[in-house]
Amino acid sequence: MADLSVNICGIDFKNPVIPASGVFGYGREYEEFFPLEKLGGIATKGTTLNRRTGNLSPRIAETPSGMLNSVGLQNPGIDHFINKELPYLLEKNTVILANIAGSTPEECVQVAEKLENTDVHMIELNISCPNVKQGGAAFGTSCEMASEVVSKVRKATTKPLVVKLSPNVTSITNIAKAVEDSGADAVSLINTLLGMRIDINTRRPVLRNNVGGMSGRAVFPIAVRMVWQVANAVKIPVIGMGGIASGKDAIEIMMAGASAVQVGAVLFTDPYAPVRIAEEINDFLDSKNISSVRDIIGTVKPW
Amino acid sequence: MKYTQGKYLILDKKSIAREIYSFTISCPEVAEIATAGQFVHIRTGNFILRRPVSICGIDRQKGTLRIVFEVRGAGTEEISRLNQGDVIDMLAPLGHGFTINPDFKKVILIGGGIGTPPMLSLAGIYGEKATVITGFRSADAVILQNDFRKTGAEVILCTDDGTTGIHGFVTQPFSEIVNSADAVYACGPMPMLKNIAGICNENNVFCEISLEERMACGIGACLGCACRTLRNDEEYFAHVCKDGPVFNAKEVIF
Ligand SMILES: Cc1cc2nc3c(=O)[nH]c(=O)nc-3n(C[C@H](O)[C@H](O)[C@H](O)COP(=O)(O)OP(=O)(O)OC[C@H]3O[C@@H](n4cnc5c(N)ncnc54)[C@H](O)[C@@H]3O)c2cc1C
Ligand SMILES: Cc1cc2nc3c(=O)[nH]c(=O)nc-3n(C[C@H](O)[C@H](O)[C@H](O)COP(=O)(O)O)c2cc1C
Ligand code: FES
Repeated sequence: MADLSVNICGIDFKNPVIPASGVFGYGREYEEFFPLEKLGGIATKGTTLNRRTGNLSPRIAETPSGMLNSVGLQNPGIDHFINKELPYLLEKNTVILANIAGSTPEECVQVAEKLENTDVHMIELNISCPNVKQGGAAFGTSCEMASEVVSKVRKATTKPLVVKLSPNVTSITNIAKAVEDSGADAVSLINTLLGMRIDINTRRPVLRNNVGGMSGRAVFPIAVRMVWQVANAVKIPVIGMGGIASGKDAIEIMMAGASAVQVGAVLFTDPYAPVRIAEEINDFLDSKNISSVRDIIGTVKPW
Repeated sequence: MKYTQGKYLILDKKSIAREIYSFTISCPEVAEIATAGQFVHIRTGNFILRRPVSICGIDRQKGTLRIVFEVRGAGTEEISRLNQGDVIDMLAPLGHGFTINPDFKKVILIGGGIGTPPMLSLAGIYGEKATVITGFRSADAVILQNDFRKTGAEVILCTDDGTTGIHGFVTQPFSEIVNSADAVYACGPMPMLKNIAGICNENNVFCEISLEERMACGIGACLGCACRTLRNDEEYFAHVCKDGPVFNAKEVIF
């Protein structure tokens, strides 16, 4: 049995596998399958200052080895999260990353301020959600806007601040460096890639929102590449995600430089995926006689 | 336990019309808790997303479920290639089923096309108290008529092209008898459901309808399957997989 624990920004995770924001709600539904304490951590559904109703349906489309979503940040608002969901989650003996978003830097600041007096372990600031019309897309796609929102939120919170990056940019390393310079304690990537499907019989886009965020297995090589580039460009820890479906995928993205992983779309195929992936990481380490998962982080030997 | 995921044995497979298949599946733990109107979420091939299919029959004694589905695309095509003796990966039972009230003296069950299967488990419960009205494109698409008759229900058949049964839509015979019913249950295409909901509303009859939406998780976590509803006079995006698939027709915004 290898040591699966990792430490990010001073927070201990019992294993490196974290369900990604948006696929896991606030955890209750998946508790039917396994106890939440088996998880390294939980990234909760993106939460904004006020309740959001989200986009019209259809919000889901299938793509070859992947999917699109245009949920549009439907969420009950930060007060509901703090009063109704967080106390329950904090009993579960796992790290809670509160994923937050807003339409303006001020909204992000207000949400972070509300979390300051709670026991949530980390804040994950989504500057990248591509499918909310007035949402985070703008911040995550320019260094100036990313710096502005991160430095403002930085001032509002003493919690470890993870900034979640958008892949829909020309240079993700430039954005990563900008948010590091603005006070981020870690970065997580990748959020979804903007995509589209059209029903050729009706000539209508499958998604009512026309476009949506792509994730799932198909995006994995892009995620590995971006994690590798970002890990080489910044000194802060990187949390990797995008298309991870097995322990081997998790190992691969950790070798590229990720200190932990998040898993999203794979839960829709296999609801036990986070637990299975942690076990598979252990099996790989045991088979190679590696005593700790920390020993593989960033160990790719590039040509 | 509310729901579970497992691989279950297919005990029986039948082709019951062109491109329409019926599976009987051994899954005692699911049959034990499943109710009429709930659905199963089927993993197939290399597809990331599972396919939702309504429960058509529940046999607690035998520990089996029945599903009936039509081949619509690559996923259902893949499922249709499974055979008796194969296993099927299901997340089940999911969702919120129909309200069953033993005090109802007369109920009307309406199925349009491939929306017909979930009505069979209801017919099994209400038996002679039920009138089943089903509608299909054409005679070659008609399914489940004998199964409905076996429950003791009165059975009315319609086809769009008149090749068998009444020539016309289900709403025609339905509007003639709606006033005799304590409750109406329906599943089928949206325009049909909208008409039925309208008729029930005018006649002040309790009506529940089963909706479809594209799904990912199937359990209420991803918020992918939103449908517009009214709650306390306020518009609210409910989720078909968890709050539904069965909704009170008055709540649904068409
Ligand atoms: C609650 C519920 C109960 C259902 N019960 C039955 C049933 O008893 N019998 C039956 O034949 N069909 C039923 N359906 C419809 C069935 O889920 C679709 O026909 C099936 O998902 C199509 O998959 P495909 O891969 O063949 O088609 P594709 O068009 O290739 O599928 C592409 C994607 O769209 C989704 N999709 C396509 N059509 C639908 C649809 N109508 N509803 C939801 N998602 C869809 C698929 O799941 C998949 O993710 C039900 C749907 C829901 C939501
Ligand atoms: C249905 C759905 C909803 C999502 N909602 C959010 C969200 O609210 N906030 C966020 O930062 N990311 C959200 N994401 C992105 C995921 O957290 C993750 O970055 C992405 O899906 C890539 O991982 P995957 O390929 O393993 O799914 C969502 C993804 C999906 C599929
Ligand atoms: S499919 Fe995930 S909430 Fe309904």
